[in-house]
Amino acid sequence: MWAGARDMLPMLLGAAPLGAIFGTLAAPSGLSHGGALAMSLVVFAGSSQFIAITLLGGGAGLAVIVLTTLVVNLRHALYSATLLPHVAGLGQRWRIPLAFWLTDETFAVALHRYQAQDGSPYKHWYYLGACLAMYANWFTWTLAGLLLGRSLPRLEHLGLEFAMAATFTGIVVPMLRSRPMLGAAVGAAAVALAGRGLPYKLGLMAAALTGVAIGLVLEGRKGTP
Amino acid sequence: MTRNELILIAAMAAVTFPVRYSFYALGGRLAFPPLARRALRYVPVAVLTAIVAPMVLLPDGAHWQLSWRNAWLLGALASGLIAWWFNHLLASIAGGLAVFFLFRLIVN
Repeated sequence: MWAGARDMLPMLLGAAPLGAIFGTLAAPSGLSHGGALAMSLVVFAGSSQFIAITLLGGGAGLAVIVLTTLVVNLRHALYSATLLPHVAGLGQRWRIPLAFWLTDETFAVALHRYQAQDGSPYKHWYYLGACLAMYANWFTWTLAGLLLGRSLPRLEHLGLEFAMAATFTGIVVPMLRSRPMLGAAVGAAAVALAGRGLPYKLGLMAAALTGVAIGLVLEGRKGTP
Repeated sequence: MTRNELILIAAMAAVTFPVRYSFYALGGRLAFPPLARRALRYVPVAVLTAIVAPMVLLPDGAHWQLSWRNAWLLGALASGLIAWWFNHLLASIAGGLAVFFLFRLIVN
């Protein structure tokens, strides 16, 4: 479990400025301190929390915010499906919290652990450690943003988010050793770049689906799985 | 916290958790058909690349930076090369971070 938390460190650095900015922007949008903390604790979804306070500040209604949250988080269903084979053997007592804490970051790190060739039966503890670290970190930085607000050093200019990019790169690149995988990556990148202007992470969703489709097509052409 | 905020947060949670739990809920009862199993193998590569590519190529979110002056691009290339050769995640992250921060220190 400790190893999972430790391996989340780059993600924690990357999420810190985002949590702090969320805390800082919550009050001007009209969300109370309690509301902002509750959102980080109960919803625990960075992108949709940002969109929620933006919409709140713009005077959007409940239905719009909730629907947007749903769309923004659709990619988590892909993560849920991808990790299912690894968590299927666990009881509900494990699967419910592990699902609650499923984010881009915990998905990447947990999947990397599950793909390692060793047959350790304790990988769910690692996954749990990664989740708890991410959760505590998100709450802490939300609180820091709320309390310190604009007096916080300008974390977003430190480039801490690069730690997340480096981790994702380090996880993806070794997987690119076959032509379908490479095609999936190139296709996903192209669609993500072309669709980066689309709202609600729809570009990301389209990119993911395109990448998967290209991988399948290239795999089929080769004739062997 | 006002009543409206409580409702908002509860509603957001009510659409966030079920999506994350969607497949986990099935546990061992669902065996993916072979096509779905094959498709899912591409999800990590596709999603993570789709997240990273815009971060690295348009670090400010608006302008393409395909140049050696782009610390994000150089750092990610370093991470990628180390990952490719050594297949060691920690080394890849550390190397990328080193290149990224050193370069920003020198160039900026």
